[in-house]
Amino acid sequence: MTAGSGLSRLEGHDKVTGAARYAYEYPVEDVLYVWPVGATVASGTVTEVDSTAALADPEVVAVIDHTNAPRLLPAVTADELVLQSPTVAYRGQIVAAVVATTIEAAQEGAEQVLVRYVEHGHKVVLDPEDPDLEQPETTNAGFPGTSIKGDVDAALAAADVVVDTVYTTPAQHNNPMETVAIIARWDGERLLLHDSNQGPWAAATAFGMLWGIPPSQVDVVTEHVGGGFGSKVWPTAGAVVATVAARVTGRPCKLMLTRQQMYTMAPARTATRSRIRLGARSDGTLTAIDHDALQYSSVIHEFVEQTGSATRTMYASDNLRIRHRLARLNLPTPRVMRAPGKTPGMFALESAMDELAYALDLDPLALRLRNEPATEPASGLPFDGRHLVDCLQAGADKFGWASRDPTPGARRRGRWLFGTGLASAMYPVYQQGGKATARAEPDGTFDVWVAAVDIGTGSRTALWQAAVDALGVPPSQVSIHIGHSAYGQAALAGGSAGTASWGGAVRKACLELSRRVAEHGGAVPSDGLEVTADTAEDQLAPDRARHSYGAHFCAVRVDADTGQVRVDRLLGVFAHGHALNARTTHSQLLGGMVMGVSMALCEQTVVDPRLGLFVNHDLAQYHVATNADIRGLEAHSLERADDDVTLVGGKGIGELGIVGSAAAVANAVFHATGVRVRDLPITPERVRAR
Amino acid sequence: MRAFRYARATDPGAAAALVTSQPDAVYLGGGTNLVDLMKLGVLRPGLVVDVSRLPYDRIEHLPDGGVLIGGAARNRRVAHDEGIRRRYPALARALLSGASGQIRSQATVAGNLLQRTRCPYFQNTATPCNKRDPGSGCSAIPGAHRDLGVIGTSEHCVATHPSDLAVALAAYDAVVEVRRPDGAEVLVPIGDLHRLPGDTPWIETVLEPGDLVTGVQLPPPPDGAVATYRKVRDRWSFAFATVSVAAVLSTDQVRLALGGVAPKPWRLTATERMLAGTDPSDDDVRAATRAAFTDARPLPENAFKIELAADLVAAVLRDLRTAGAVR
Repeated sequence: MTAGSGLSRLEGHDKVTGAARYAYEYPVEDVLYVWPVGATVASGTVTEVDSTAALADPEVVAVIDHTNAPRLLPAVTADELVLQSPTVAYRGQIVAAVVATTIEAAQEGAEQVLVRYVEHGHKVVLDPEDPDLEQPETTNAGFPGTSIKGDVDAALAAADVVVDTVYTTPAQHNNPMETVAIIARWDGERLLLHDSNQGPWAAATAFGMLWGIPPSQVDVVTEHVGGGFGSKVWPTAGAVVATVAARVTGRPCKLMLTRQQMYTMAPARTATRSRIRLGARSDGTLTAIDHDALQYSSVIHEFVEQTGSATRTMYASDNLRIRHRLARLNLPTPRVMRAPGKTPGMFALESAMDELAYALDLDPLALRLRNEPATEPASGLPFDGRHLVDCLQAGADKFGWASRDPTPGARRRGRWLFGTGLASAMYPVYQQGGKATARAEPDGTFDVWVAAVDIGTGSRTALWQAAVDALGVPPSQVSIHIGHSAYGQAALAGGSAGTASWGGAVRKACLELSRRVAEHGGAVPSDGLEVTADTAEDQLAPDRARHSYGAHFCAVRVDADTGQVRVDRLLGVFAHGHALNARTTHSQLLGGMVMGVSMALCEQTVVDPRLGLFVNHDLAQYHVATNADIRGLEAHSLERADDDVTLVGGKGIGELGIVGSAAAVANAVFHATGVRVRDLPITPERVRAR
Repeated sequence: MRAFRYARATDPGAAAALVTSQPDAVYLGGGTNLVDLMKLGVLRPGLVVDVSRLPYDRIEHLPDGGVLIGGAARNRRVAHDEGIRRRYPALARALLSGASGQIRSQATVAGNLLQRTRCPYFQNTATPCNKRDPGSGCSAIPGAHRDLGVIGTSEHCVATHPSDLAVALAAYDAVVEVRRPDGAEVLVPIGDLHRLPGDTPWIETVLEPGDLVTGVQLPPPPDGAVATYRKVRDRWSFAFATVSVAAVLSTDQVRLALGGVAPKPWRLTATERMLAGTDPSDDDVRAATRAAFTDARPLPENAFKIELAADLVAAVLRDLRTAGAVR
């Protein structure tokens, strides 16, 4: 029952019985309800907010707009600066908020608020011919906007075979079960929050910046979170407006976004367009890789999805060019969604590799093996644990790839066409410094505190196991405490780095506490022993390329009458080193794979170009894959010692499973039908467009 | 959300009296659509009259081979009724292809027939919609209409009727029982229940204020008929039809109704006439299906539905003919 074992979640019983308390559920005296009002134009200026009708209801306490809201200071994104100006940058941007004694009155008040605008022209469609495209210096996560090695154009001109194709992915939305939820209270200049986020310390820091107070004056409690996927990494406009309402009214205020509000008041993934050009010799050796990636940001904030970043590291080529361009659209600033950059970028690259394999009449597995790099192609750095080939070969064995006939559209039984496809996966290793505190009591019990958060990944359980393991005492004597900013500086649940980062600090504190207890001959003094560890100095040097890897093998059936696709089997093999908890690791990998299938077959946020509207803003219309869409699902882990690069061993696993899985589906659809769908999602009409 | 009154009707007369007592009163069945629309602010009734407990939940198989299904019968019960599964398989399959188990347990037959379109603009009060806000314009025609109608639509509205059940009922020539507020019972063929939008898209049925759908009557299926329902959708569970078809095939006739293409369940009468008594090839069926779309008004994003319907009808009739069984 220590690290690595498949222990079930500590809070599982509480969650399934309803005892676990989420941010919105804390009882608060004298609380008010907040209902934000979204702009109904895509670009313009608010000329009047008429709150007369709303305020006529005695249950409505306040209507807040840009004329009477307190001033906020810039923090992480411009979208957080709610009610600071009359400018409307996108439809759904918060232009007012109604505060009332009941949620029904707040909602009805929001209906009654009359907002008048001067409308400006808007642009909401990602267009490669857009004359105003920007060439950003850097992308999210600090990658260069453009990186060039060798002479790609010359290599393409000289190549025996060239694949030159464009792949698109639509805007996609994070849809955690629990939407953005917050209870905000002011106690003088202290801000007290029960908040659903992906890092209570980061939330305290960001809310502190917004309000011009140090993080020590912001107390954030985040005991349980019903999913994030990236949507709760930074304070959302929805959450910030609750703190504004609490400030204005002097009373505790609570808010939970509706599913529809989530689409504009919490972040999404940008649409992307990737032009991939691959040049190869006839033996399959890649001579040129060119990835020209287009994505969008809002008109008020620059966020550049790192769409081309995986292409930096996947396959050997002397000539490599990765460029990012950015459109500015009247849409909410897109932010991160599970494996930002890698997810859309690897759909493109891994689809193109499949196309190249067909162009070369080479097995797609063999093509990848042939182009395995000795060092990281873009950086030239040596690898710490590069097990892509292991994953591909292990997956091929388990899946039975060797017997595959590559001919497209050649396997039909009854109404069904059958096909298989594969794709590679990768995700970088991130780890951040942070603090944890461990304390021994004279009665033999131990408590460990870290400002971690469990957004459903199982991090609470994994961290507890790491503590038990480091302390070397019976599990029943150890308690883990997470989800509170007061426990000290700590990483976010993001970049698949949360558990590794928190776990490193927990392990360091527990090992040091063990030494201290041993120094006392095993007898803990009456006032206990306590250690606070900080891993700021223990971080990975940037002298190696460190990534986890994986391979997806997919079998689909396609209805020959209609073009409907069903996944019969998706098998993934992943090399991520040591798993702190085998069960929750497996769940994370499966969840990522499912999300990739969902992206391949269903997910898209439809944009109305005329209205600037996210059209399908609920789960009845924004489809995610169901059990019926995926009949077989397997995730296997390869544990390799040289993958144990973080302070707790292992590499991150939260995002790895989604990367590449959409390409495996699309490649299998091509094998089944002979139809190459390069624009996600793979809808019946796209499969039928032959 | 606007405050509203709730009343539970104890008998049909009282229900009709309540619902005609104020202009913003509505009947409530299972609530799976009405309550959603109230939460969205699309519908803002002042009085909700719950008729789900009135004694209209019968499933009665008749000596002549027909069946009577009460308007308050829950979809789940109808779908799992042994006689319906055996004698009206397209009906059972249509019901089971809709929504989720939880929703089917709650939803009623009458509510299913009278549910509103899932057009995204109808459901979004911040956008123009002629059906929700007469005269404001149709956002779907110049906007996102991929899931909407290609036939029976108008320049004012391209909404589809989302029911799977209604499509199967159309293929079985069902008749809808309506109780008038004065107690009179009238029978409305399923094909006449829903109106086409024309220039009054907010008027969706022939029902008058206070009318209550109390049941549907299904005549016996044709002798020796085989039947099925097949639904194309964007995922394999819990999605509305992109195109669906209910088909009833016997030696001397074929009945076909489509879902997902029109403001009402769309009988392919022209196709049926062309195919009756013939032994058509797949291409014959496709051509006959296309013929039913002569008056179609496809839009750029949903024009694919016509060829999809042709392929789907061909596939379903092929399967019914060759298997002679339901699949």
